[in-house]
Amino acid sequence: MNEEKEVEEHSKPLVLEKLEAAHADALLAQDESRGTVVVVVRKERVYAVLEYLKTDSELAYNYLVDVTAVDNSRMESELMRFDYARFMVVYQLYSYQGQCRVRVKVPVHENDLSIPSATGLWRGANWLERETYDMFGIHFEGHPDLRRILMPDDFEGHPLRKDYPLQGRGERERFNFDKQNA
Amino acid sequence: MQGGSERATGEKMVLSFGPQHPATHGTLRIVLELDGESILKATPHAGYLHTGFEKLGEHLDYNQYIVVTDRMNYLSPLSNNFGYVLAVEQLLDIEVPKRCQYIRILMAELSRLADHLLWLGTAALDLGAFSVFLYSFREREKLYSIFEKTTGARLTTSYTRVGGVLRDLYQGYEEDVRQFITNFPKALKETHTLLTRNRIWMDRTKDVGPISGDDAINYGLTGPCLRATGVAHDLRKAEPYSSYEEMTFDVPVGTNGDAYDRYLVRMEEMIQSCGIVTQVLDNMPDGPVNTENNKITLPNKPDAYGHIEGLIHHFKVIMDGHGVEVPKGDHYCATESPNGELGFYIVSDGTGTGYRIRIRPPSFLNFQALPHMLEGGMVSDTVAVLGSLNVIAGELDR
Repeated sequence: MNEEKEVEEHSKPLVLEKLEAAHADALLAQDESRGTVVVVVRKERVYAVLEYLKTDSELAYNYLVDVTAVDNSRMESELMRFDYARFMVVYQLYSYQGQCRVRVKVPVHENDLSIPSATGLWRGANWLERETYDMFGIHFEGHPDLRRILMPDDFEGHPLRKDYPLQGRGERERFNFDKQNA
Repeated sequence: MQGGSERATGEKMVLSFGPQHPATHGTLRIVLELDGESILKATPHAGYLHTGFEKLGEHLDYNQYIVVTDRMNYLSPLSNNFGYVLAVEQLLDIEVPKRCQYIRILMAELSRLADHLLWLGTAALDLGAFSVFLYSFREREKLYSIFEKTTGARLTTSYTRVGGVLRDLYQGYEEDVRQFITNFPKALKETHTLLTRNRIWMDRTKDVGPISGDDAINYGLTGPCLRATGVAHDLRKAEPYSSYEEMTFDVPVGTNGDAYDRYLVRMEEMIQSCGIVTQVLDNMPDGPVNTENNKITLPNKPDAYGHIEGLIHHFKVIMDGHGVEVPKGDHYCATESPNGELGFYIVSDGTGTGYRIRIRPPSFLNFQALPHMLEGGMVSDTVAVLGSLNVIAGELDR
């Protein structure tokens, strides 16, 4: 069992090999970090890549672990790597068959915050994408119900962006104490 | 349960279940669209307990953030502490001493017991079985006094540190834990006699809120809710961390994925956890509990007060703007918490404060699948299904 696992780990770039064969034009960068394959994918092709990773019988990354984003605006080195794209949408996938993980990252520019939704592939993507929209303002195209999920519906701004202050913006000033007392 | 849609021909009724409802155990809300007593549509709402934990992670240093992790799944804070520091340590590329790994397993398994016990008590209470609540809280209380003696707190344990734990186990811990582990299976058997073949309990939970294995994977369900569908997936087995590969235990699975199977899976998991705890106690290694690297863990007090190096190390670890410096990069680390896969995705910019800390909570994805389990059922099943998922609002909303 252990040996098998080791062999699998050595042939792990198989994921990369297969991706390179099928979606070479979609890949912007690739890496292997602490046993997890990391691929950076062009935004227009992300749905095709995710679909391929999920449905390919050898890879079978059938479990979407997480969708989130990172605001790279305060990290110059990351900004420079991908043509000053402010956000990086991050998908974590897991394969029950191969028992391994892959991380798919997608650079998203601030002037075009839309990205294809993965809800067509995983029903679990629904709330994860809603949260990413709520916190970062990333717009998932084709999402059936893209509303805020953690913040109130009338909330303004996206709190996990780096330019949003820790102590909030205006909530306390706007609260009308006199009216409450009356 | 047969839906009553043929019988009821009146208008639809909208029922708001929560956010303040005894069965929600925290603040969450489900809007139910009813036709008579059958549920046509269920819409869960989250966010009532949103506290900005992820935002805080960008402002607190790596050790300070441990305090925040206590408040995620507040039924098993030790598991959260564990999962979080493991992610930071993997990013630092360090491995803690064997004794520390064993202590962490011990604490994680005991808190799994505490979590499942609270779930058992409240889920049964919601369905009217009051005695079970008393039985399980009696056992849970014993666990909490062990936690209190170990960590100094019952709820907000903050026991782990990056590179180790707060302090070694107390004198006489082994006796306490062994006594608990010896008596616990008997106590659990009492609960079995109260519930497992109980007509009312079976009627209320069997075939209620079922989900298939494929659907569960599609929804991202993890933990007991996934295993109840028959998918034998446990991160302690699939990706062993912190010496779990040295433990022998079974992964219990169900068949129907209904509320009753979730109950049985959790009951058996408690027995398995007892087995792990016994193995940990039998093989507990000696030695230090913290890594020797003083850039990560605090030096001992005589060193900090008596030597300049010790003082500098102490200063560097504690002071604002210094802290444990984690190399640049990102890492996702998942652990098997009592509710399922608890993941931390940490992005570091090379300083002592995280650049981005993302928490992947099991409750968030488990709660999302609720409409799938409810729709077509009866309104009274809502409480049974919600109870069987064990959604913890602190973890759901973070």
